[in-house]
Amino acid sequence: MTAETVISCKNAWKIFGADPEKYLRSMPAGHSFDDIRADGYIAGVKDVSIDVTRGEMLVIMGLSGSGKSTLVRCFSRLHDITGGTIAVEGQDLMSLSEKELIELRRNKMGMVFQSFGLLPHRTVLENVAFPLEMRGQDKHARRERALEVVKLVGLEGREEYFPRELSGGQQQRVGIARSLAIEPDIWFLDEPFSALDPLIRREMQDEFLRLQGMLGKTIVFITHDFDEALRLADRIAIMKDGAVEQCDTPDQIVLNPATEYVRKFTEEIDKARVVRAGVLAQGQVMGEGEPVEASASVQDLARLLVQDARAVIPVAQSGKVIGGMDRAAALEILLEAS
Amino acid sequence: MADITSDLKADTTSPAHWSRGKWASVLLLVAVMLTALRYGGLLPDTLHRIPEAMIPPFAAWLDVFFNFVKDDLGLLTLTRTLTEGLEWLLDITANLMFGKRRWPFVGPIPWTAVAGVAAVIGYYLGGWRMAVLGAGTFIWTALIGQWTIAMETMSVLMVAAPLAFFIGLGLGILAWKYAAVNRAIKPILSVLQTLPFFTYLLPAVIFFKVGPTAGAVATTIYAIPPMILMTTLGLQKVPSEVVEAGNMSGCTKWQLLRHVYLPSARTEILVGVNQVIMLCLAMVVLTAFIGMPGLGAKLLAMMGSFKLGRSFEIGVTIVLLAVTLDRMSKAWVVKQPVHFERGTPWWRKHIVLLTGIGVFVFFCVAAQFVQVFAEIGRKQNFSQGKEIDTLIKGFLALDPVQNTTQAIRYVLNVWILNPFRDFLLSIPTPAFILLVVAFALSLGGRRPAIYAAIFFGLVALSGWWDRSVITLYSVISAVTLALLIGVPLGIVAARSEKWSQRVLLACDTAQTFPSFIYLIPAIMLFGITATSVVMSILIFAMVPLTRYTIEGLRTVPPEMTEAADMAGATRMQKLMKVQLPLALPTMAVGFNQAIMFAFFMVIIAAFIGTQDLGQELQRTLAGTDLGKNFVLGICVSLMALTFDLTIMKWATERKKALGLPD
Repeated sequence: MTAETVISCKNAWKIFGADPEKYLRSMPAGHSFDDIRADGYIAGVKDVSIDVTRGEMLVIMGLSGSGKSTLVRCFSRLHDITGGTIAVEGQDLMSLSEKELIELRRNKMGMVFQSFGLLPHRTVLENVAFPLEMRGQDKHARRERALEVVKLVGLEGREEYFPRELSGGQQQRVGIARSLAIEPDIWFLDEPFSALDPLIRREMQDEFLRLQGMLGKTIVFITHDFDEALRLADRIAIMKDGAVEQCDTPDQIVLNPATEYVRKFTEEIDKARVVRAGVLAQGQVMGEGEPVEASASVQDLARLLVQDARAVIPVAQSGKVIGGMDRAAALEILLEAS
Repeated sequence: MADITSDLKADTTSPAHWSRGKWASVLLLVAVMLTALRYGGLLPDTLHRIPEAMIPPFAAWLDVFFNFVKDDLGLLTLTRTLTEGLEWLLDITANLMFGKRRWPFVGPIPWTAVAGVAAVIGYYLGGWRMAVLGAGTFIWTALIGQWTIAMETMSVLMVAAPLAFFIGLGLGILAWKYAAVNRAIKPILSVLQTLPFFTYLLPAVIFFKVGPTAGAVATTIYAIPPMILMTTLGLQKVPSEVVEAGNMSGCTKWQLLRHVYLPSARTEILVGVNQVIMLCLAMVVLTAFIGMPGLGAKLLAMMGSFKLGRSFEIGVTIVLLAVTLDRMSKAWVVKQPVHFERGTPWWRKHIVLLTGIGVFVFFCVAAQFVQVFAEIGRKQNFSQGKEIDTLIKGFLALDPVQNTTQAIRYVLNVWILNPFRDFLLSIPTPAFILLVVAFALSLGGRRPAIYAAIFFGLVALSGWWDRSVITLYSVISAVTLALLIGVPLGIVAARSEKWSQRVLLACDTAQTFPSFIYLIPAIMLFGITATSVVMSILIFAMVPLTRYTIEGLRTVPPEMTEAADMAGATRMQKLMKVQLPLALPTMAVGFNQAIMFAFFMVIIAAFIGTQDLGQELQRTLAGTDLGKNFVLGICVSLMALTFDLTIMKWATERKKALGLPD
């Protein structure tokens, strides 16, 4: 399967400090984050190479200060990178003129912010219509479109409210609506639900999944909450000190952590909930009898795994058996979790 | 002002502290020895005061420079051209407000219409109370028979305040955008804020003609600095995510400034507007000294001829105007937009605007038919000037009152003020400079000490040493007295929430009064004497002292006072060991402000009759002695800056050391 690459990031560096370009040129290879800090610079993004394909949801994870927000700001060129290249739909971001960059943002990109970034002096409708206004759409058309998006995020009837009159969850719905107003191809979300309380967060995640189901956009989503990442991600990139430690599917991250840091990071995770039968299905031995669904997690299959006597259980995807799951291995994951 | 010091490296390590104190004591010792030598008659005169012959002719040099700029560079032609434009604007407001016979020939607007519109605006901004305040102020002004002079003042204010706003906003944006502009502007602002207002006045007169134009220019310049500072501050405080959201929405640079930055900095910009209005009012009253007609001129004339009743009435008018303008502009700061339900009819959304227009039109029409609605004639007003005058003078003539004021005057003059002044004057110049440097060194460290040496050295070289010392003497003695009253008052008030609020409100209100007002009670009680000078400065300087004492004490973190309580501290122990040390940096800011206020007031008090720099400054206003005017002004500014730099440095360092927020 060769999916189209939307964002292609190659050896990207973002260094903060007095004269980062010069420093990066003269910096010896293999300098660690701490070495760089000792020289008086901060490596926000450290030699990151990552590709995002069309329609994919990439979740970037890490503790605060790990560089995840910086990386996403490099993707949208809110930060200029210090070294390497980032291309969006084949265009090298750093070679864009200011005008081209503005055009790109006006037509292709949307972004949602952790603390919403709403304009306090504008109503909900005016906030949502803001990107349309900036690109010079006429008043009627932008009102029409803004009403449509406001309805999409479930804020009907609040169009004339000001941000401060809304709850946190509602404010973020405005943020989401604003980022969707221009119908972007690429959607950046920087910890969109971190500022919300847990109940609302859950609700907003469901809402987000519903929207994504309808819209199918290319998404870069930042979070520090592993549960959130597991719920949403196609792929997860785990960052530490500006560098990507591992970028893979959730099951792979849990089953085969690439580094010690990732292993520690995922230690507390309930693997049985993450690992799905499809991943455990081996090609050679198919097993016999009634197959299980590839999308079912080990936890979903707990009762069956305990009661079934077969050594290998067939796994089926859309009615077709794709391999056999070793019951003992699956049980091992289940036991480890409890 | 603090910004100059903020970029200096803080050296708070303990050995540095120690050597700082030691150096200061050495300087102190030398100063004492020099003074002792002088008393023993052993110090040669050249070391006591710099000989006349050695004083460089700064004034003459400045005059040459000014003449070059004025005539050869053609600045005068430029400003005279600007004058015409400004005059045109001033004529319009003058015609509208008090019917000066100039284009557009429609005024004057009836006083009832002005009061009505003020009530509507007040209602919009702050409900019924503000409406009553707005209307009440203008009704009072009209009924008391001061409408024309008040409107003369307002007409200048209405031109100067918007001008100061736009210039300040523009410069503020530039200073925020370009670091170089910021660096260039900051020191100029510090000097401008300490420069006595007389120094603004003379150049304004020379370059912009006597009368309203010069008044408007001086007022505008005076009000610009806080607008610049607030604009820069507000723009810096816009949350980065809001800016990023703007960027991601595809804003161009201009759109970002226009739609994202400026609206998000609304609060700070409106605080700037409030300050611009208040400073304009304070200054426009003072332009009386260059012959600007209006409330200030009238007050000056009335006080000059000791007509206390009329002075009092004008004082009330000025205070009412100040409070109204201040409350309304502050209400505007906190006013948040409120949405209308969908389907609200058009007229309902704009009801306030429509009412305002309605009221205005109604009174304009009514004034055509009912004469008193248009203006209150000379004989119709309710001024009780004479009666109040007799009353006050009668009260002052009462034996107990007279005895008290005379006793205070006697004690202050004979026992405290005069000996202190004579002592200061007896100190040799180099010893005096050393004393100031020792003070700056022990409090602020090396950098302020160097500044102190340079600044006071320049003052000594200016040739106005004795007058400078007398200025400083008035400031020090008044601030010391203010400390003795203001700080205990603040400490007592800070004990209870209720009293804190009350006293803070009183201080806030008092701070909005134009400084000129403070002369009235002093003159009433002590007549036109040296005691009045000290008294007026004392009242004026007490306000920030009390205010910051309360704020300092109230912001001591509750867990610390609770810890003191749990440790079994008595109320006194708690105050001395916990609250005061923590409040001290904040109180120092108040102390600094008190000194700045005192420097400001002492110059105004020249009107009463002093022998200091202010007196000389006021004299220059009559002529065209620009060079001398500047030398005198800079002397005041340099002395004030020395204190400002030192105390603010100490306060910031101390706050940092205690881990208190700025």
